[in-house]
Amino acid sequence: MAKSKKNFLIGIYEDEDILLDAIKTIRKNKIKIHEVFTPFPVHGIDDVLGYRRSKLPIAAFCFGALGCTFGLSMQSFMLGIDWPMNIGGKDFIPLPAFIPVTFECTILFASFGMVGVFFVISGLKPWANPTIFDKRSTDDKLVVVIDLSDNVVSQDNIISVLTDSGTSEINKKNFI
Amino acid sequence: MKLNNSVRKSLITGNKTLNDVTEDVCKPLESMPSMLWISAFLFSVMVLISGAYTLFMTVFEGIGMWGLNKTVGWAWDITNFVWWVGIGHAGTLISAVLMLFRQKWRMSINRASEAMTIFAVICAAQFPLFHMGRIWLGAYWVAPLPNIFGSLWVNFNSPLMWDVFAISTYFSVSLVFWYLGLIPDFATIRDRAKGKISKFFYSALSFGWDGAARTWSRYESISLILAGLATPLVLSVHTIVSMDFATSVIPGWHTTIFPPYFVAGAIFSGFAMVLTLLLITREVFNLKDYITMQHIELMNVIIIITGSIVGIAYITELFMAWYSGVEGEQYAFLNRATGPYWWAYFCMMSCNVISPQLFWIKKIRTNLIATFILSIIVNIGMWFERFVIIVTSLHRDYLPSSWLMFYPTVYDMGVYLYSFGLFFTLFFLFCRFFPVINMAEIKSILKNENKIS
Repeated sequence: MAKSKKNFLIGIYEDEDILLDAIKTIRKNKIKIHEVFTPFPVHGIDDVLGYRRSKLPIAAFCFGALGCTFGLSMQSFMLGIDWPMNIGGKDFIPLPAFIPVTFECTILFASFGMVGVFFVISGLKPWANPTIFDKRSTDDKLVVVIDLSDNVVSQDNIISVLTDSGTSEINKKNFI
Repeated sequence: MKLNNSVRKSLITGNKTLNDVTEDVCKPLESMPSMLWISAFLFSVMVLISGAYTLFMTVFEGIGMWGLNKTVGWAWDITNFVWWVGIGHAGTLISAVLMLFRQKWRMSINRASEAMTIFAVICAAQFPLFHMGRIWLGAYWVAPLPNIFGSLWVNFNSPLMWDVFAISTYFSVSLVFWYLGLIPDFATIRDRAKGKISKFFYSALSFGWDGAARTWSRYESISLILAGLATPLVLSVHTIVSMDFATSVIPGWHTTIFPPYFVAGAIFSGFAMVLTLLLITREVFNLKDYITMQHIELMNVIIIITGSIVGIAYITELFMAWYSGVEGEQYAFLNRATGPYWWAYFCMMSCNVISPQLFWIKKIRTNLIATFILSIIVNIGMWFERFVIIVTSLHRDYLPSSWLMFYPTVYDMGVYLYSFGLFFTLFFLFCRFFPVINMAEIKSILKNENKIS
């Protein structure tokens, strides 16, 4: 079944400070923003959009803990249990000597795990086919996208709010 | 309105607009390669191929092709390894440590120096691998793999084993950090691409990045965590490399000062290599508005600081040898400075301790040619530092009857040449196909920088 096309209003902004004020105004007028696309990270944009802080650091911690456990248990199993060997008269499980490899495993797991989770939840993959509402949004324009079917406010009202907030142009486009 | 800032000048000159940044950085990727690039690239491929011949002979005949002998079992090869790993320290240091310190000047130089890091680590890792001789069995010697002995595992007590984990983790994490930064820029190139092939490749490389605010918010948060993870990692890598020596019982090697001394030396040589590469890159790709004199000056300041730390470390080593009262230890250092390898020690001291002190003079610090020459001198000095540490500590060991000299063969030199060929081939390919400056980060500070005169 083919998905029906949705109508989107696309407001283009030139400046990050104007954009931040505009988002505040738009949200104050009870207009739902589909998403904002920017060519660079705009500081404070997640606050005005009402996004909660990312929980990815927790993922990093969990993966780090996993890596730490993995590194330590791997070394202890191999040198302490599976084939114990007398190396320089040290213990079979010499903890200080295991610190470096355990540390490296912690960092490796934490960073790969965190970035992996980020790719998955953000849908980033080499074969991804993203909807680019305006190609200039990866170059020099800040783009606010409003899904008309998702809003109760009438289209004319939205357009007037956008115009007042300082857009340089407003486009209407259809996307699946 | 222009603001006068007495603390620092603007990091991006020329009153660029957001679009200018895209245009300036993408231009080399979208136009035909210049004759300069083609000839430089072909030259490095030639160096790579001729070096690869000596590498092939080394693998085919065994490491007897090198100038090693019974007394000096580590020489050029391990010197090159430590040298390349050291160079590989600047990239992640710039992107991670300077990010934690909120140093905005990192933004113009982090991309190229991270690339340099990755290529340098690729070069470095090959030396110990080929030193093992039968590299096809190497996997069993370096990785904890089950084997025909009923799984006799690798020895995790050994610093050489720690090194395997440190270098491979450093390489993987640096690669991820670098690639994460590249994704938004690949998306920019994808949306500008005209040709079908380039569109296809940059689409795949950009992972479907669309610049959504939610993704940026997550992206910012994981960049910070990655920087926090990479910072101790950078410091750990050369610490562990230094432990290859410091945990031994060889006079001249087993000193507790080695970890901080090696880390400072690594940052020192890494920044020097960044300068060597970027001074050329900014000239060839016309990026003078992004990599300004201020960036160069700041890097030179880091070179003074780390160079001075290295100098103090050399002198501390001498003091400790004398103060220990151990004759073997004292002889190792006396032999280093006045023995048959005195010239290597002299090179190391003059290139690493004296030459960077010239950067105290502002005229030299802000002179492009002087900076370029000194950056190369620093790396020559750092190569000799490793050579001095490794060879002079070994060549006169416990029995005078086994005292020998090390003379490199053409194969020693050839394998070193091979690593240069590989490094520059990769770097030239990077300059051609990847954006050499982090566009997204530059754009995020552009508005403020344009306000500062």
